[in-house]
Amino acid sequence: MPNKPFAITLNVGSSLANKTGSWRTERPVYVDRLPPCNNACPAGENIQGWLYQGEEGGDGYYRAWHQIMLDNPFPAIMGRVCYHPCETVCNRAQLDTAVGINSVERFLGDEAIKQGWTIEPDAPPSGKKVLIIGAGPSGLSAAYHLTMLGHKVTIADSGRAPGGMMRYGIPKYRLPRDVLDAEIARILDMGVTLGLNRTVRNVADEMAAGGFDAAFLAVGAHIGRRAYIPAGEAAHILDAVSVLRSMEGEQKPLLGRSVAVVGGGNTAMDVARTAKRLGATDAVVVYRRTRDRMPAHDFEVEEAIEEGVEMRWLSTVKHADAGKLLIEKMVMDEAGFPQPTGDFEELEADSLVLAMGQDADLALLDGVPGIEADDGVVKVNQAMMTGHPGIFAGGDMVPDDRTVTVGIGHGKKAARNIDAWLRDSRYEPGHKHEVAHYDKLNTWYYADAPATVRPTLDIARRTSTFEEVVGGLDETNALYEARRCLSCGNCFECDNCYGVCPDNAVVKLGAGNRFEFNYDYCKGCGICVQECPCGAIEMEPETI
Amino acid sequence: MPYQPIKFYQTGSFVVGNRLLDQNERSVQSDTERLNSLTSGHRACQGCGEALGARYALDAVAKATGGRMIAANATGCLEVFSTPFPETSWRIPWIHSLFGNAPAVATGIAAAMHAKGRDDIRVVGQGGDGGTIDIGFGCLSGMFERNDDVLYICYDNEAYMNTGVQRSGATPPAARTATTQAVGPNPGNVFGQGKDMPRIAMAHEIPYVATATVAELRDLEAKVERAMSFRGARYIHVFVPCPLGWGSSSNDTIKLARLVKETGLFPVFEAEHGEVTAVSKIRRRIPVEEYLRPQRRYAHLFGEHGHPETIERIQALADRNIARYALLDDLPDSLKPPGSAVGRQVRWQSEDLSEQTSAMAILTETTGAH
Amino acid sequence: MLSQIEGSKAVADAIALCRPEVICAYPISPQTHIVEGLSALVKSGKLAGCEYVNVESEFAAMSVAIGASAAGARAYTATASQGLLYMVEAVYNASGLGLPIVMTVANRAIGSPINIWNDHTDTMSQRDCGWIQLYAETNQEAADLHIQAFKLAEELSLPVMVCMDGFILTHAYERVDMPNQEQVDAYLPAFEPRQVLDPAAPISIGAMVGPEAFTEVRFLAHHKQMQALDLIPEIATEFQEIFGRDSGGLVRPYRTEDAETVIVALGSVLGTIKDVVDERREAGEKIGVLGITSFRPFPMLAIRGVLRHAQRVIILEKALAIGLGGIVSDNVRNALSGITLKGNTVIAGLGGRAITKVSLHKLFDEARADRLERLVFLDMDYDLVQREIERTKQQRRSGSAAENILRDVGVVAARPA
Repeated sequence: MPNKPFAITLNVGSSLANKTGSWRTERPVYVDRLPPCNNACPAGENIQGWLYQGEEGGDGYYRAWHQIMLDNPFPAIMGRVCYHPCETVCNRAQLDTAVGINSVERFLGDEAIKQGWTIEPDAPPSGKKVLIIGAGPSGLSAAYHLTMLGHKVTIADSGRAPGGMMRYGIPKYRLPRDVLDAEIARILDMGVTLGLNRTVRNVADEMAAGGFDAAFLAVGAHIGRRAYIPAGEAAHILDAVSVLRSMEGEQKPLLGRSVAVVGGGNTAMDVARTAKRLGATDAVVVYRRTRDRMPAHDFEVEEAIEEGVEMRWLSTVKHADAGKLLIEKMVMDEAGFPQPTGDFEELEADSLVLAMGQDADLALLDGVPGIEADDGVVKVNQAMMTGHPGIFAGGDMVPDDRTVTVGIGHGKKAARNIDAWLRDSRYEPGHKHEVAHYDKLNTWYYADAPATVRPTLDIARRTSTFEEVVGGLDETNALYEARRCLSCGNCFECDNCYGVCPDNAVVKLGAGNRFEFNYDYCKGCGICVQECPCGAIEMEPETI
Repeated sequence: MPYQPIKFYQTGSFVVGNRLLDQNERSVQSDTERLNSLTSGHRACQGCGEALGARYALDAVAKATGGRMIAANATGCLEVFSTPFPETSWRIPWIHSLFGNAPAVATGIAAAMHAKGRDDIRVVGQGGDGGTIDIGFGCLSGMFERNDDVLYICYDNEAYMNTGVQRSGATPPAARTATTQAVGPNPGNVFGQGKDMPRIAMAHEIPYVATATVAELRDLEAKVERAMSFRGARYIHVFVPCPLGWGSSSNDTIKLARLVKETGLFPVFEAEHGEVTAVSKIRRRIPVEEYLRPQRRYAHLFGEHGHPETIERIQALADRNIARYALLDDLPDSLKPPGSAVGRQVRWQSEDLSEQTSAMAILTETTGAH
Repeated sequence: MLSQIEGSKAVADAIALCRPEVICAYPISPQTHIVEGLSALVKSGKLAGCEYVNVESEFAAMSVAIGASAAGARAYTATASQGLLYMVEAVYNASGLGLPIVMTVANRAIGSPINIWNDHTDTMSQRDCGWIQLYAETNQEAADLHIQAFKLAEELSLPVMVCMDGFILTHAYERVDMPNQEQVDAYLPAFEPRQVLDPAAPISIGAMVGPEAFTEVRFLAHHKQMQALDLIPEIATEFQEIFGRDSGGLVRPYRTEDAETVIVALGSVLGTIKDVVDERREAGEKIGVLGITSFRPFPMLAIRGVLRHAQRVIILEKALAIGLGGIVSDNVRNALSGITLKGNTVIAGLGGRAITKVSLHKLFDEARADRLERLVFLDMDYDLVQREIERTKQQRRSGSAAENILRDVGVVAARPA
C-alpha cells in the first residue's frame, strides 16, 4: 500500500497472517454421543435421527419415515403399541416433559400409509433363500430386513392371517386392523412369500424340502399358562390368549356380565378392557401384589380404570365356582412377597380369565440336532443363532422381554446376522458412542415447550366400541412435538458454535454438512463446548 | 421476555441459527456470508467477550446498512488486540484516534458524510467501559446532546482491562481489581459508586438506548437493527465478560453474561426518547451468588472468611433492578413497593439459598430510600 | 476586493472561500469572532455543503476534525490558549495520523494566572506536535495563509496551524484585499485524501505501532514536514500568480542586505519593529528585520542565509521557555551553528503587554551600546519582582505572587491585615 501512511494505516483483514491456533492447549472436537432414546429403543431405531428429519416438515416426513424404516418396518404399529422406553429415558423429561416420540412415529407411520410410501430393496439379489417360521412382529421384521438385504424370503405361519400377537393378542382398540394390514402388506409386496395355515412340524425337514439356506424361527408364545385353581365343575375358566385370539374369529368369546381376570400384566388389562367392550358390567382384575408391583404399564392401568375396570390388589383366587369366586386377601411381607392372610371374600364372576403368561410351542424343533431349549425358550447366541448352524430364532420364543418392539428388534438383528452368515462373514454392530446424558446438555437454548397431549376417545365410546382409544397428532402437533427433541449428543446445526466463537474459528459447511474447526485460529477457549445445546463437542488435550 | 422472533423448540430461538428458518429470518451470525467485521487472528485473550460482542454488533450494523458503515474506536483492549502493526483484524473502514474521543471522532465522520450527501453511510463509535463512561464521557455526552447521527456501542467488561484490570466507573461493588484489591475490612470495590451509563444516556432523551449481553445474540442483533432504524444519537451498552479480568474460565464467558441477566444485576432493556419501552424478563431467576461464585474477582466473598453480608447487599442491588425494571412477570411480594408487601420471602428457582433476607429491607438500609 | 474588515471576519471569509466541509469549534477568546462568523455563514446557507458542529470542548473540536478529515472532508477548527492545551492529545493525534486539518490559533497567553491577552505561549508549546506552524504578520497575511494552509496541508497530508495574534489581529479592523471565489477555486483543488474511511475500500487507520517501527514512523513524519520547506515557497509563488500578492513563504527578511543587526520575530509585532527599523535606518543604523512565517518546519537554511553576515541578532519573542529563556532564540542559534555573532533574547509582550516603539528604540540603543544582557524582559518592572522575591524569602506563606504584584501596582486594593 504505497499511498497509505506507513504502519499507522493497515490493509483490512491482514491479521489472518497471525495464526492464533498456536495459543491452544486444548482443542474442541465434534462428537456424536448416543441419545438416550436411541440407546433405549429395543428395535434400535435412530430416533434422534428421524425426529431431526421430521422436524423439517414437508419432505422431511418422508425422510423421517425412511429413517425409521431402516430399522423398523412398522412405524404406524409402533406408534400405537410400543411401550416407548425411549420416552422413559428422554432427557427432555428433566426439562419439562418427555418428547412424544411415540406419537410422532405414529403420525409418520399413518402418513406413509395415507401417502402409499413404499421402500425398495437396496441390495442386489443374493440368490439365497431364507425360511421364516412365524409371521408375527419378529418374523415379519426379519423378512423385511432380509428382503432389503437381497435374500429370498418365505414365511410359514399357522394362523389364518399374518401378524401373530399383533393380531391375536392386541385388541383392536389399541391397534386397528387396517393399520396392521397395511404395514404387513407393504412387506409382502416387496416379494415375500407368505404361506398361511401352515404349521411346520419339523424345521430341518422343511428347510431341506424347500432348499433353504437358513431359517429364522419366530413362532412366538401362544400357549396361555394355566395355573391350578380349585374349581367346581360349572366354573367358566378361560385363558387370556385364547380370549384375545377369539376376538379375531367369527365367534366372539362368551364371558358373561361379570368377568374376573387374574394377573397383573398388560394382557390382563387388555382382557379386562375387552370384556368391558363386549358388554360386561363388571370387569375385575385380581392381582396378588400392589399396584406399584404390577408389570402392566401405568398408562394401561390408568386407561383401564378410566373405562371402569375394577382392581383388586393383594388378592388371589382360592376357588372358582359357577358365577362366583372365593378371593383370599394377601399381605406383603418384609421381603416384598405376598403372603396369605386367611381373610376371604366372595366375588361374583360369570367367567374367570387367567392372564398369567404364555409359553412357546417348541414342537417344531424336536429332533433338530444342536438346538437347546431351557425353561420353555430356545437358547440363542449373540448372533441370534441356535445351536444348529443356519437356524436362528427370535421374538417371544427366546429369552427376553416379550414386547412387539423387542420382537421387531430381534427380527432386525437376526436378519443382519443371517445375512452375514449367508455371506460367510460376521456381522459387526457399529461402535456404540457414549450416552448423551442430561449433564452434557446446555438446556438454556431450548425454548420452553410442554408436550402435546394426544386426543383420547371419550369414555362412553371407549367402553362400548372397539374404536381406537388414543388418537394421532395432526401435522401441526407432530411437527411441534418433533421439534421438542433436544437432539441429545448429535449436532442439529443450530449454528451456536459458529456464532459464539470469538475467533471465527468455526467453519460452517452448509445444510446437512455440519461444521468443522479451523485450528489455525481456534485458541481453545472452550465456549463452543459450553454453549453447544446438545453436547456434541468436547475438549481434548492438545498434543505437542 | 428475551427476544424470541420465532418459537422453535429443539432449534429454539435462543440459539444462533436455525436450519428450519427462512434465510431472511435467520440471525446475522448464522449466515456463512456474514461480514466477520472483526476477523480471525486478533490477539484477544481466549474467550474474550468483547471480541465476540464487537463482531456481533458490527456484523449486525453491516447487515442493516448493506456494509455502508464506518467505525471509530476508542483506545482499549478492542483497539489493541485488533490492530497491532502490521496486522488489522477489521474488515470495515475503521479508525482509532484516542482513548477519550471516539464519540467525537464518530461525530466528525457523520458530519463529513452529511456534508458530502452520503447519509447512507452510517457511523458507529465504540469503546470499552473506561473509554465510554469515564474518560470519553464528555465527548459521549456532547454527541448525545447534539443528537449526532452516531450509534455508540459500549462493550462493558467492568474495569480497565487493557492496562491490567484497574477499577472503572463501571466496576461493580465488591469486585476485586488492581486498584480495589481484596484486602482490608471491606475488600474489593466500594458500594455506592459508579455510573449507570444507560440511564444517563436516556436522560439525554436520545432516540434509542438499549442494553444487551453477549449471551443473547438474537436480542442484541434486534437491538442493533432497531438502533439503525433511527437517525440521531443511539447508545447500546453490551455486557461482555472478561475471563482475564474477572478470573473466570474462558469457556464461561457466555454463561456469565447469561447469569448476570438472570440475577437482575444487569437489566436488559430498551428505551426510546428517554422512556423505557421494553425489558427482557428474567427467564429462570437465580440468586446473585450463582453469578458471583465462578469469578475470582469475588472469591473473597466466599469461604470461611467470606462476606455473606456483602453478597446480600449485591442481591439487594439485583432486586432493586428487578423492581425498577419489572424484570419478573410475577414480582415477588418482597420486591413490590413498600405498603403492598405481604410476604417477604423471595422464591428462587435455584434452591441454593434457603433463607433470604428481605431484599427491600436491604435496599432501604443501603440507600436510605423507602 | 479591498475591504475594511475585522481580522476575524477576514479569516472567516477566507476559510469559507476554501469550501470547508466540516467546521467544529469550541468558543474561546480571542478566537470567538472567527467561529461566530463561520457559524453564521453556514447557518445562513452562504457556506453550503458544510457542517458546523458546536462541540462541547476543544478536545472534542479536534476529535471531530480528526473524524471528518479521516472521512475525506476538508476540516477546520480554531482555538486559542487554554483551548489549545486542552486539545493537545488530539493535536498530536491529528498529525500522527497525517490528517490535513487546518486550525487557526488566535494566540493568547496560558494561565495560571489566567490571562486572555496575546502572546505566543500557546502555540510555542505545540512547536513539536507535528503540525506545520505558520505565523501571520497582518490580517491580509492571516487571510492569505489560511488559503495556502489548506493547499499545503492537503498536498502533504499534514495538519497546519495558522497562528495569528489574539486581539492585535483578530479584533483589529484593517484593510484587507479579500480574494474571490474564482481565485480560490483556481488555486485550491478539491480535497483528495491520501487515505480515507470508505466502505468501498476499507482500511484501518490508527494502528498500534511498537518499537519495531515507531522510529521509522517518527522519521517519516519529520521527513514529510521537511518537504514543506520546498513546498511552502512554491505555493507562495503560485499564490502570487493567482492573487497578485506576495504572501506566505518561509521567512520575510526586511532591510537585511547590509544589516549589522537583525531583529528576528514572529507575527504582528513585526510591523512595529519594521517601523522602528525604518526610523533607525533613517538615522543611519544598519539594522534589519527577519520575520519567520514558517516556524515549523523551521527554515534553518533560510535563516542562516540571512543572518550569516550580521554581527548581532536580537530575537524578540512572545513566549518564555521557563528555565531556559527563549524558544525562538534557541531554534535560531541552532541555525547559526559555527557562525559567531552577538545574540540577545528579548522576551516581550507577555500576556498582552504592549510592545511600543519607544521601548524598542530603547532596547536597540542598549544593544548598539553593547549593554544588552543575553536574556532581557522588555519593560519588566524589576523593582516589583524584587519585592516579591524578598517577600517569599521572608515568609513561607507569602500568598499568590500574581495577586501580590497586582496589589503592589495598585490594581487590587490592599486587603485588611
